[in-house]
Amino acid sequence: MTAGHGGSPIQLLSPDGVRHPHERYDRFLADVDGRVEGADSAALLVSIYEDMVVARRIDAEGTALQRQGQLGLWPPFVGQEAAQIGSAHAIGPDDFIFPSYREIGVAYARGAELPDLVRQWRGNAHSGWDPFAMNMGPSQVVIGAQTLHAVGYAMGVLFDGAETAVVTYFGDGATSQGDVNESMVFAASFQAPVVFFCQNNQWAISEPVGVQAHVPIARRAPGFGISSVRVDGNDVLACLAATREALERARSGNGPSFIEAVTYRMGPHTTADDPTRYRDANELEDWKEKDPIARFEAYLASIGVVDDAVRARAAEKADSVAEAVREATIHMPDPEPESLFEHVYAGPQPVLERQRDHFERYRRGIEGGIGAGAATTAEGGR
Amino acid sequence: MSEMTLAKALNAGLRQSMERDSKVVLMGEDIGKLGGVFRITDGLQKDFGAHRVIDTPLAESGIMGTAIGMAYRGYRPVVEIQFDGFVYPAFDQIVSQVAKLHFRSLGRIKVPLTIRIPFGGGIGSPEHHSESPEAYFVHTAGLRVVAVSNPQDAYSMIQQAIACDDPVVFFEPKRRYHDRGEVDETVGLEGPGGLAMDAARVLTEGTDVTLVGYGPLAKTCLDAATAASDEGISVEAIDLRSLSPIDFGTIEASVRKTGRLVIAHEASQTAGLGAEIAASITERCFYFLEHAPVRVTGFDVPYPHSKLEFYHLPDLDRILDGVDRAMGRPNSLSGIEDGE
Repeated sequence: MTAGHGGSPIQLLSPDGVRHPHERYDRFLADVDGRVEGADSAALLVSIYEDMVVARRIDAEGTALQRQGQLGLWPPFVGQEAAQIGSAHAIGPDDFIFPSYREIGVAYARGAELPDLVRQWRGNAHSGWDPFAMNMGPSQVVIGAQTLHAVGYAMGVLFDGAETAVVTYFGDGATSQGDVNESMVFAASFQAPVVFFCQNNQWAISEPVGVQAHVPIARRAPGFGISSVRVDGNDVLACLAATREALERARSGNGPSFIEAVTYRMGPHTTADDPTRYRDANELEDWKEKDPIARFEAYLASIGVVDDAVRARAAEKADSVAEAVREATIHMPDPEPESLFEHVYAGPQPVLERQRDHFERYRRGIEGGIGAGAATTAEGGR
Repeated sequence: MSEMTLAKALNAGLRQSMERDSKVVLMGEDIGKLGGVFRITDGLQKDFGAHRVIDTPLAESGIMGTAIGMAYRGYRPVVEIQFDGFVYPAFDQIVSQVAKLHFRSLGRIKVPLTIRIPFGGGIGSPEHHSESPEAYFVHTAGLRVVAVSNPQDAYSMIQQAIACDDPVVFFEPKRRYHDRGEVDETVGLEGPGGLAMDAARVLTEGTDVTLVGYGPLAKTCLDAATAASDEGISVEAIDLRSLSPIDFGTIEASVRKTGRLVIAHEASQTAGLGAEIAASITERCFYFLEHAPVRVTGFDVPYPHSKLEFYHLPDLDRILDGVDRAMGRPNSLSGIEDGE
């Protein structure tokens, strides 16, 4: 049995921020531990810390913007910063990521333009960033569907003889989906260079993870012939190390891996959700004590990498990013009505063009006076 | 020109596409050594290798979803669904993923995926092996849907579908797989007579009734036109070929001439393609119509067991009865008000 895949998750940082050596994983942290000649371990650690702080701030801003009516919906990931930022820092620029909809922290760490983080939640498009500009697919709303795309992409990598690896993110609920299980069958059969990164945040909307899995989720993968590990998802170093190990396995032709990052969704499923209806307040308090950012910060303070100046700089950056997100959201122009018909097909489609033509005529008619009447009726309530 | 079956023509067309573009890969169950249960991919794995003709695990959603990932990577996957009734486990990946990725990604992601589905009945199969699920896909924006009916079209349209940057659901009439016909193998992407895969074809010209069919019924419609002419009715038979988009221009031109429209398909009637064609042509040609459009279709029942399937499938006589209705001649509904 793979270490850490059944019992307590692998942990390199205890909740009070103490770094524990680990026989298997320390070799994946040589750079951040200062054991690599020429590597600026302090800078690496600070960049991870800043990304976590900024990600949390983006999340808070997203929630606030939704409450203020600027976004239609927002899927908070507060509490999952270690899982997202730790794994994201392991992924190379040529690697391709297939996320769910909650990997906003990953997208930020990947270098997404800030307006692209909110575009779909404002309702301006179904996606934001250019997938091929940052090697990260659009966010996926159908639970688990993206894991198959990841495996197919990885099969393509395999047939190309490339050294690229693929990472797909999904939650604990997704592990019940047929697609996730089928993707593991395909990945194992073809020995595809793919990493399954499950953020087990304990809740699939109102359903606790026990409804999805009777045993630790990481135990499922070995049944497919996939090596798996269970890590403390609130421990950013464990997430970084486990992802690096899995990516190394993928790139060296040793096939797929499965990581279960045991974490906690501190907020609601989305801003439309009310976790007080199904979740014990004590549970949240317990998990707050395992906060991923506080833990990492305590560690960094203990080794002298973080001081008040670094904290202040991170907070300042978070504020300025949040401000930029807010400005981008508020000033994002609505899409043009005719763009409704764009990108349905790659080539012309005559039936759709006829509908577009009809719509344009209708719109011109409205501007000619019908619309004014309709607006008056609406405004005047007549 | 050489004579070949529709099945062989598909095989030859696939081979052409694979030779033309090294990014074309075939994926599906049993398509490698076996050559597919209908042998459409016969010999292709031997010639192109297991990375171009991929035997997949038995999981339809898995096949479709991984094909999407291959497309992300720059490949042009051609997926074989073994039988019509087995496409439903892949339904989400087709209608929510394949069809929508281009729109969702603001045009950044192209999914040049061809989904081959043997469809239709009449071969005495058990359940789930004889269905006509085309309306589900026609109803889904982002997909192109075509149905071939003869070897020449099979040869050319499969190449056109694979070369298309949009996803194409490609229906193959399994009871016509062994029908033979002339195939000009010098005609590939341009299609016979320069006919694109999204254009309908007038099979035979006529002046009294326009009769529209596709896939397995294209031949039946042509036979009906011949039979009707013996009774003095001039039928213009049209092979629809493309189910989405529908080439309304060709049907419209015909109905303006004939004033009557009959649509035949094996799929159930309610919300089927016949309904769409009847409504759209009525909108476009209302003042030219001499009679309400008539549908001759499968019934609104699950596809029946094989001892009953020939009552369910529109055959020559049922189509001719539909032509009689459109003509106002004595027919099975005579004495009953139309529409009841």
